[in-house]
Amino acid sequence: MKLGLVIDTDTCVGCHACVVACKQWNTSGTLGPLTDYQPYGEEPSGVAFNRVRTYEVDTYPNNKTINMPMSCMHCETAECVTVCPTGASFKREEDGIVLVDQDKCMGCNLCAWACPYGARELDEAVGTMKKCTLCVDRIYDELLPEADRQPACVITCPTSARAFGDLDDPDSEVSRLVRERNGYQSLPELGYNPVNRYLPPRNKPHAETTPGAPLPSLSERFKSWIDKAIVR
Amino acid sequence: MHPALSVIFFTVVSGAGFGLVILSVGLGLLGGVPGLGVSGTLTSIVTGVVLATAGLLASTLHLANPKNAWRAFFRFRTSWLSREAVFSVLFYPCVALYLLGLWSTGGAHGAGMTLVGVLVLLLALATVFATGMIYASLRTIPQWNSPLVPTNYLLLSLASGAVLLTGVTVAFGESPAVAGRLALVLLITAGLAKAVYFFWIGKPQGPTINTAVGATRARIKLLESGQSSDSFLNREFSYEAAAARINQLRIVVYVCGFILPFLLLVALLRTDATPLSLTLALSAPALLGIGLLAERWLFFAEARHVVNLFYGRQQC
Repeated sequence: MKLGLVIDTDTCVGCHACVVACKQWNTSGTLGPLTDYQPYGEEPSGVAFNRVRTYEVDTYPNNKTINMPMSCMHCETAECVTVCPTGASFKREEDGIVLVDQDKCMGCNLCAWACPYGARELDEAVGTMKKCTLCVDRIYDELLPEADRQPACVITCPTSARAFGDLDDPDSEVSRLVRERNGYQSLPELGYNPVNRYLPPRNKPHAETTPGAPLPSLSERFKSWIDKAIVR
Repeated sequence: MHPALSVIFFTVVSGAGFGLVILSVGLGLLGGVPGLGVSGTLTSIVTGVVLATAGLLASTLHLANPKNAWRAFFRFRTSWLSREAVFSVLFYPCVALYLLGLWSTGGAHGAGMTLVGVLVLLLALATVFATGMIYASLRTIPQWNSPLVPTNYLLLSLASGAVLLTGVTVAFGESPAVAGRLALVLLITAGLAKAVYFFWIGKPQGPTINTAVGATRARIKLLESGQSSDSFLNREFSYEAAAARINQLRIVVYVCGFILPFLLLVALLRTDATPLSLTLALSAPALLGIGLLAERWLFFAEARHVVNLFYGRQQC
């Protein structure tokens, strides 16, 4: 099994709901707490497993905004695991999830240095390395209804931009998405072979307009808007 | 990369210590450090061990959870940091045995002493090499991911060891002819290798923001980092020194680290006056130390981690 996330940059609106859900679930989860530094101070910051960054691709008039949520990619060549001197970092054989044994970590930061995706953050209050667990304490919890056995970020996403599943299984939803939408890896040239994939923006045409056609009058447009509003 | 003082101190000081041990034991195996008696050789090896130990102890200061440091010996098979820990710990019984042998036999190298000496030599070399490989093995930092990095670590360790050995030789009132010349050769070699490194990192050649974000045909810029203040990632990886500061420090590296020690050693080899030669022999390692601290600071400050691409850097 190769569990991972597939994230659709076409539908992600950058609302950070996944960031909040992740923090909420995991701060009391397996690798918790996710310490906040000066939460009510001048410059609040803290440990996060999931961060969303926003980019502008290309220049006007062809520019497009892309939101890129990033968490651990659970790489197949997980160099964060090979560089770990204590054996605290490990990649699970059965499902490929990369975890940190908090009882063994000595906080040397080398795994964070070895990670190209910024997925590992040192908890300066606890002194150990923290990272995304793919909600290992949710996805296998048989006390939860089956539909809820998914990572917190996936369940909470209001635009369903995130999908979770087994990328080893060619018939899974995530594999189908990657196949049909040309899912890609971030920084493939480094050779880490990240499991998580991103779906690029759909290649759809711009909004169609007929050049030269006059706009309907303001009262016409107001009437059609009223019509729609009443029907709903 | 954020230049952590404990790691800078550790790599410079333990590098010099191991270099001093490597040269003292190496020359000992070849028939004794020329001009230096048994007590002098003992002093020089002990000095080296003390420096190496001071460095290794400083290295534990950058651990956030040092109570688990003992676990660092258990991933020898994959981790260079673990290998460094194992080599450095195996080094101690061997060097203790060698010192004991040197003290009891008065410098005669029998088969046993030779074997222990070779072991000390190999373990000290392996430790310094492993230190370099910790950095060179990281594909995430293009400026480090090169064979030039362990080469520089080894050469700078040997050069600083040779300059220290010259100092010890002069302090014992002996002629620094051999140790001084060895130091000159090593200083030139290390200086040239470092120049190759500075030249090589001059041009950005790592991954770009395009492959990081995944749009390879257009210019990409960061609109929002999604955080209101710096996180661990920014504090650890986004350190950036001003170009002017970098150029000034490169001058410090070359003037204090290579040119002045070189000139001092040349002067030392040409003088016989004892107080002057002692001043020369002791100021050379002091200057070299300043140069190497600047060199190591630059080694971290100039390294650009690829996570910066996600924070808007165009290329690493």
